[in-house]
Amino acid sequence: MPAPAEGAPTGPGRSTRRQLLLGGAVAGIGAAAAIGADYALNRSNTEENTAPSTPMNGDEKVPFFGAHQAGIDTAAQAHGVFVGLDLNDGVDASALVRLMRILTDDAARLTQGTPALADSEPELALSPARLTVTFGFGPGLVARADSAGPGWLAPLPAFGIDRLQPEFSDGDLLLQVNGDDPLTVAHAARMLLKDARGFATIRWTQQGFRRAYGTERPGTTMRNLFGQVDGTTNPEPGTKDFDQVVWAEDGWLAGGTGAVIRRIRMDLDKWDRLDRSGRDASVGRSIANGAPLTGTKEFDEPDLEAKTAIGFPVIPQFAHIRRARGDDSERIFRRAYNYDERPLGAEVSESGLIFVSYQADIERQFIPMQRRLDELDLLNEWTVPIGSAVFAIPPGCAEDGFIGDSLLS
Amino acid sequence: MTRQKLCERHYTMNTSKTLPRAAALLAVSLLALTGCASTAAPASDDSKPAGDVVTIEDAWVKSAPDGMSAAFGMLENTGDADVTVVSVESNVSPMMELHETVENEAGEMVMREIEGGFVIPAGGELALEPGANHIMLMGLENPLVAGDEATFTLTFSDDSTYEFTAPVKDYSGANENYEESDDEGMDH
Repeated sequence: MPAPAEGAPTGPGRSTRRQLLLGGAVAGIGAAAAIGADYALNRSNTEENTAPSTPMNGDEKVPFFGAHQAGIDTAAQAHGVFVGLDLNDGVDASALVRLMRILTDDAARLTQGTPALADSEPELALSPARLTVTFGFGPGLVARADSAGPGWLAPLPAFGIDRLQPEFSDGDLLLQVNGDDPLTVAHAARMLLKDARGFATIRWTQQGFRRAYGTERPGTTMRNLFGQVDGTTNPEPGTKDFDQVVWAEDGWLAGGTGAVIRRIRMDLDKWDRLDRSGRDASVGRSIANGAPLTGTKEFDEPDLEAKTAIGFPVIPQFAHIRRARGDDSERIFRRAYNYDERPLGAEVSESGLIFVSYQADIERQFIPMQRRLDELDLLNEWTVPIGSAVFAIPPGCAEDGFIGDSLLS
Repeated sequence: MTRQKLCERHYTMNTSKTLPRAAALLAVSLLALTGCASTAAPASDDSKPAGDVVTIEDAWVKSAPDGMSAAFGMLENTGDADVTVVSVESNVSPMMELHETVENEAGEMVMREIEGGFVIPAGGELALEPGANHIMLMGLENPLVAGDEATFTLTFSDDSTYEFTAPVKDYSGANENYEESDDEGMDH
């Protein structure tokens, strides 16, 4: 019976439902188990006396209700599952209200460590580990609601570099489930999908990961599987800058945002052939610490005018950061996840990035940047977009509301 | 939710670190033996009608295209006397029963109407859940679809009533056989 020990109290006020399970376990298994419980209590008391109580990662919760949906300005969790759903024929506006009421109730409970109604594995819900559930609406869903989305709510224009696969593209409804515990994430995703099953079918699923919880200081810019520091120029959540980049202000989307989710295959086997200086030059940053080639620290501002002794730009013309940089209105907030799956052929990697960006206006902020990268970006030598989807992320809701009520009510 | 709170209070009280470990262990065992039901007995006027002291938490109904279905939730009695639910009505099914699930002679779990109704102990709870006690909807008038709500009215032995609504959810379980019938439409 070692398992309940993990849920044993580390402070007088730290009771959780797991203690209820502990009680049940003692009744069910008898004396031998009781000895285990004795050990558990003994151990936790010892810990209590020698160390300050530390909350367990699993107990950490992100509020569900509010002006914005969680999972966007939430410090990115270790695990992410993204599911694109196609609505069944006949799902109309009133059915969408029913669907979103149920999914909202599920998400509100699960993110707070409470089993969903009719949760057949309630024990898997008890450790939220910063679980967030974020819903997004594709163009098809907004049409079913007899409404109009923002003008940008449509598939992105075709880019020359794209090799899009339908099985990773588009969709009517997005479920974005993030958390620091993969078992909790899997359970939450399954619970939501069980409740969506009567309304929609799965079009695509993408699973991704970042650093495990506790590996790095929170706020450390992520690295992708090329080893690159990825996301340095992100606006910082909680700032006015972030609010302006991310949150939409008009119509039913006010308080929401636009999401672009692109599956970028990264050819690690080809990347292996590139030496360190070539890797640095392709991005315009040092792989070592993410500093621009004209600076020494990650957050140094790149000097795009700087020239080498023989007159070439220090940050090459083809470098990713030079090409990505637009005027101040062309900024996005990135919140990507890595993927690493079973290779199909003789290669040893099938890996890449679930590129996720949020921006108030995809047309104004994202598309011009992507056009420039499509025209020239040395990283295109090693990366191929194989999936692409656009969603409107509706605002958060009040406790008596549901996600999407500004569109569907 | 309330159940959890009651149990937390019970457990915390009995395992505070001022107690010797053996006592704490004993408390855990007692908790297991008695459940949480004995925890809270808040002062309550026992002349209050049952309908005023009973609530249901986390109620839900299983969706069904027609025929039968079932409703679940955690009934709680904050009064200081046992109360008995003797009947139930719903806006979605004219014929309703209070069911228990028991093992029959063949060792199968079957559901049947419970004799004497649901007893909710004083200061305690009664779980209505798949595979156990539940409210049975015997004849749906319309499809019960996920995300809708159904209204239920419980009537107690003192003739008082308690009304609640429950959301409809898709659910694959709760498929026990109905003892007094053969196989028709038993998927509830």
